[in-house]
Amino acid sequence: MNDRMTHLDVALLRRDFPILSETIRGKPLVFLDSAASAQKPRAVIDAMVGAMEHQYANIHRGLHWMSERTTEAYEGTRDLTATLLGANSREEIVFTRNSTEAINLVAHSYGRGILKPGQAVLISEMEHHSNIVPWQMLRDAHGIELRVCPITDAGELDMAAYEGLLEDRKVGLVAITHMSNVLGTYTPAARLCALAHEYGAKILLDGSQAVVHRRVDVKSLDADFYVFTGHKLYGPTGIGVLWARAELLEAMPPFLGGGDMISSVSFEHSSWARIPHKFEAGTPAILEGIGLSAAIKYVNAVGFDAIAAHEQALVEHALARLSPIQGLSIIGHAQDRGGVISFTMEGAHAHDIATLLDRAGIAVRAGHHCAEPLMRRMGLDSTARASFALYTTQEEIDILADTLIRVREFFA
Amino acid sequence: MFEDVRDLYQEVILDRGRHPRHAQRLDAFDATAKGDNPMCGDRVQVWVKHNDQGAVSDVGFEARGCAISIASADLMAEAAIGHTATTLRKLSADFAQLVTSGDCPDCAGLETLQPLSGVSEFPSRVKCATLPWHALLSAIDAEPGHG
Ligand SMILES: Cc1ncc(COP(=O)(O)O)c(C=O)c1O
Repeated sequence: MNDRMTHLDVALLRRDFPILSETIRGKPLVFLDSAASAQKPRAVIDAMVGAMEHQYANIHRGLHWMSERTTEAYEGTRDLTATLLGANSREEIVFTRNSTEAINLVAHSYGRGILKPGQAVLISEMEHHSNIVPWQMLRDAHGIELRVCPITDAGELDMAAYEGLLEDRKVGLVAITHMSNVLGTYTPAARLCALAHEYGAKILLDGSQAVVHRRVDVKSLDADFYVFTGHKLYGPTGIGVLWARAELLEAMPPFLGGGDMISSVSFEHSSWARIPHKFEAGTPAILEGIGLSAAIKYVNAVGFDAIAAHEQALVEHALARLSPIQGLSIIGHAQDRGGVISFTMEGAHAHDIATLLDRAGIAVRAGHHCAEPLMRRMGLDSTARASFALYTTQEEIDILADTLIRVREFFA
Repeated sequence: MFEDVRDLYQEVILDRGRHPRHAQRLDAFDATAKGDNPMCGDRVQVWVKHNDQGAVSDVGFEARGCAISIASADLMAEAAIGHTATTLRKLSADFAQLVTSGDCPDCAGLETLQPLSGVSEFPSRVKCATLPWHALLSAIDAEPGHG
């Protein structure tokens, strides 16, 4: 056990992220929008540039040195991802473009191929649009009922309602976030999985936010599907991950058709490649895969225990600094929460807050955060949101709090 | 602090954003339309009343949005009075130029709207200012005899 397990030298880590030394209108960048997309460490940048400069060719199909080495690098990402999530085998890792595509893959392939009309899919009130719309499309195309689990005013899942919605055993699949991108709530994922299984349903967890802040182990959660997106985990855009139990992937029909996903093709008939390649049609995001590898190695080296402890301290500090600000309301008060804080301010719309903060070099997100039904549930149109990463400092949160006091004065 | 946003948030804008004068639906109206900006969640509904000559005699609105969009709707409600559909279309186009470029040298009748010219320095906020105008034009276009 080294020191890094519990304590992060954030000042040192920040040097790994070249963009953090940028200034915005002469002020140091205070980047509090990592939940939308995280900044990239040098290791990721170098891995991608290095591949393009020294070791690049199409993969899975060349018989030459460059292709073989590039294939190894890309497939190495699959091993790292399997280990990151605690998967049983590398075959359980399917690469997609992002979380959105991973959810669409499941909605399309599992939804139309395995679920039967009359069955239901259960989501929650705090889903991102990417975990709502694919299920609505499935509902409309395939006669699947869509059920929505309510949340409490504190922003936690209503667990009694959750169980109630499962009780008639019509729900074939639960699809729920592991951490809300608006409220910061971590859902009780292991309990959700256990209850889903008790009533005969499979469960997909949207780990887009959760995977960034804590170690995730799909086996101890006992999930069936888990998705995340590379760009929030300090990796590049254009690569996402679907993990699913091998037997589910085996049973599911392919999603997209094309090269790489077949074992043989004639005009009469094609047969599918083995998993996971059955779900990876066409030339994949090779460079992005290599970048994701570097990102996973990076967070592993920093250590999830240290990341989680650091971010927990940031959240507590932020709640302590923001709550007393007059007119400011924090949206969501879950017991178990990650590094995302949404707030509103009396007399100042979220966009106006964001514009003023931006003038002080502070980047936050403002709007509905791709979660309109959640906004409606909370009786809001929009919030401002500050989100934290392993490189976020307490000083940055102090700058945010001090500036918000000024914002309040400006609009008062 | 925030000295450099005073161009955007001029006193008129802050005042109108806080206390809009025309933020109510009209009891009697000839046309109404909604506008929304799905990217940011801003929403506005505009009600229009005409006089016998076909010129706008009253405008009211309800909006949920930022200070810029509320102030823009409120100033629009004043600027629109006395204009016919044709001149309103021109005014709307001129206003769009004002808030994207900061200037509209050959435009007439933009005095009321001038405080919004600062929006041009904030490209992501231009749509906040133009949203009420889109709703106003939709209302007018939807109305029989004013197309
Ligand atoms: C909870 C959650 N789910 C899904 C997504 C979608 O991620 P992506 O746009 O990379 O597919 C996001 C990110 O915006 C998110 O926060």
